[in-house]
Amino acid sequence: MNGIDALYLPFTEFGFMRRALAGSVALALAAGPLGVFLILRRMSLMGDAMAHAILPGVAVGFLTAGLSLTAMTIGGMITGLAVALLAAAVARLTPQREDASFAAFYLVSLGVGVLLISLRGGNMELLHVLFGTVLGLDDAALLLVSATSSITLLVLAVIFRPLVLECLDPLFLRSESRMGPVVHVVFLLLLVMTLVAGFQVLGTLMVVGIMMLPAAAARFWAVTAIGQMALAAVGGAFASYAGLLFSYYANVPASPAIILSAGIVYFLSVAFGLQGGLWQVAKQARARSLRLSRISERD
Amino acid sequence: MAVVAACPQPDAAVAAIELEEVCLGWRDKMAVRDLTGRFIKGSLTAVVGPNGAGKSTLLRGIMGWVSPLAGRIRLSGDANEMPAFMPQQGDFDRSFPISTRDFVAMGAWRRVGPWRAFSSAERDRLEEALQAVGLADFGRRPLATLSGGQLQRALFARLMLHDADIYMLDEPFSAVDRATTDDLMELLLEWNGRNKTVIVVLHDLDLVRRHFPQTLLLAGQGVAWGDTCNVLTPENLHLARHLCAGDYL
Repeated sequence: MNGIDALYLPFTEFGFMRRALAGSVALALAAGPLGVFLILRRMSLMGDAMAHAILPGVAVGFLTAGLSLTAMTIGGMITGLAVALLAAAVARLTPQREDASFAAFYLVSLGVGVLLISLRGGNMELLHVLFGTVLGLDDAALLLVSATSSITLLVLAVIFRPLVLECLDPLFLRSESRMGPVVHVVFLLLLVMTLVAGFQVLGTLMVVGIMMLPAAAARFWAVTAIGQMALAAVGGAFASYAGLLFSYYANVPASPAIILSAGIVYFLSVAFGLQGGLWQVAKQARARSLRLSRISERD
Repeated sequence: MAVVAACPQPDAAVAAIELEEVCLGWRDKMAVRDLTGRFIKGSLTAVVGPNGAGKSTLLRGIMGWVSPLAGRIRLSGDANEMPAFMPQQGDFDRSFPISTRDFVAMGAWRRVGPWRAFSSAERDRLEEALQAVGLADFGRRPLATLSGGQLQRALFARLMLHDADIYMLDEPFSAVDRATTDDLMELLLEWNGRNKTVIVVLHDLDLVRRHFPQTLLLAGQGVAWGDTCNVLTPENLHLARHLCAGDYL
C-alpha cells in the first residue's frame, strides 16, 4: 500500500467506512450553509442550544421504543422546536435577552435528556446519543440524513433572498413584505431538522461542530454570503473525509476526529485566511510601517 | 392639552397621509400623543424635535409597524402601496458579507420579489442608481468597506429603485459630511420635484430652513406643523425642549 492508496483504500475496502463518509459528507453539505447564517445572524450559540434541546425528545423516543430511528427523530424535532419557541417567548415577554433564555433552556434540556436516557439505557446508549454512530450508519439513518440535507439545501435556495434581507436589514424587509417572521420560522425548522438528522451521525454534542467550525472558517476566505456557504459546505465535507481517515489509521473514535479536523481547518483559516487572517493582518501592518519609515527617511 | 398642529394647507390639496388624534407607543410608554394633521401629496416635510420626541416612532406608525393606541392613520391612494422606508445606519448590519451592488439591488424587491430574476432593464436601473449617487465604481466593493458617507449614498441608491409614492427617511444625514449631504439633498429635491411625497427626520435646523417648505415639530406631541418659517420659531423650539425635558423630571 503506497501513499496515494492510503487515502482511499479504507473507503473501498470497508462498507462501514463508505457509509460513514456518505453520511457525514451529506450532513456537512447542509450544516455548513446553515452555520454561515447562524453566524451572520449573531446566533452562533443558538446552534449549540438547539442541539441540546433535541436531547430530551430523543431520550423520550429512546425510552418508549429503544434505539428506534423514527421515535428518536420525532421526539427530537418536537422538543427542539418547543425549546426554540419557549425561549423566544421568554425573550419577548420578559426583559431577559434571547441568548440568556436559550442558555437556560438548553442546560435544563441537557439535564433532563441525560437523566431520561440513564433511566433505561446504560453508558453505551448514552454515548450513542451524545457522540453518534458514524461508523454504524444503517440504511434508514443514511436515508434520513441525505434526505434532510437535500431538503435543507433546496429550501435554503428558495428562501435565500428574504433570509439574507432578514439578517442584513430586517426593517427593510418589513417595509417590503410580510415574509420576515415566516422566513425566521422556516430557518429554525431547517436547523432543528438538520440537527436531529445529524445526531445520528455525529451525536448531539458533536453535530454543532460540523455546523459552526467550517462556517466560522469560511469567513476568512470569502467576502459574500454565497461564497461563505459554498466554502463551509466544502470545508465540512473535507473535514469529514480527513477525520474519518485519521480515525481509521490512528484507531480513535470517528466523530471527535471529524470535529477536530474541522477545528484544524478553522485554526488554519484564522492564521492564513485572506480576509483578515492573522498572517495577512501582520503582513499589512509590516508593509504600512515600512512605508511610514520610508516617508520619514525622505523628510 | 395638546398644542396642535393646525395644518395650513388649502383643502383642495390631496392628503398623502392623514393623522387623526393619533397616539403611538410601546406598552405603557406613550411616544406620540394626540397628533392630528396631514402630509399633502407631493410635499416635502422635515420632522424635527428633541431626542425622544417620537420622530422614529411616528415613521414606524405610518409604516404600520406600531399600531396606534388611539386615533387613525390613513394612507391615500393604493392601500397596498407601502411607503419606501430608509432606516438609520444603526438599524441594519453593515458588516454583512454582500457586495454594494447586491445591497442596492434589494431596492427592486417590489418588482423582482424573492424569486424572479433581474431583467436587463432592471439591471440598467440599478447601474443608473449607483451612478446617480456617485457609487458607479463601487458596485463590487463589499458593503463593510464603505465609509459612512458612501453607505448613506448606497442607501439612497437603494431607495431610488423603489416605485413608491411616499418616501420616509429616518435621519439620513446624521453620519455624513457636508458634501455628501448636499449631493443627497439634491436627490431628495429631485424626487420631490416628481410629485413624490418626502418625509425626512432631521436634526440640522439650518438644513431644514434652507430646503424644506414644510416642517412638523414633535415633542411627544405635535408642537407645530406647517410652513417651516412659522414652525421653527424660537418660542416653538423652546416649548419643544421644555415638553421633552418634562419627561425626565
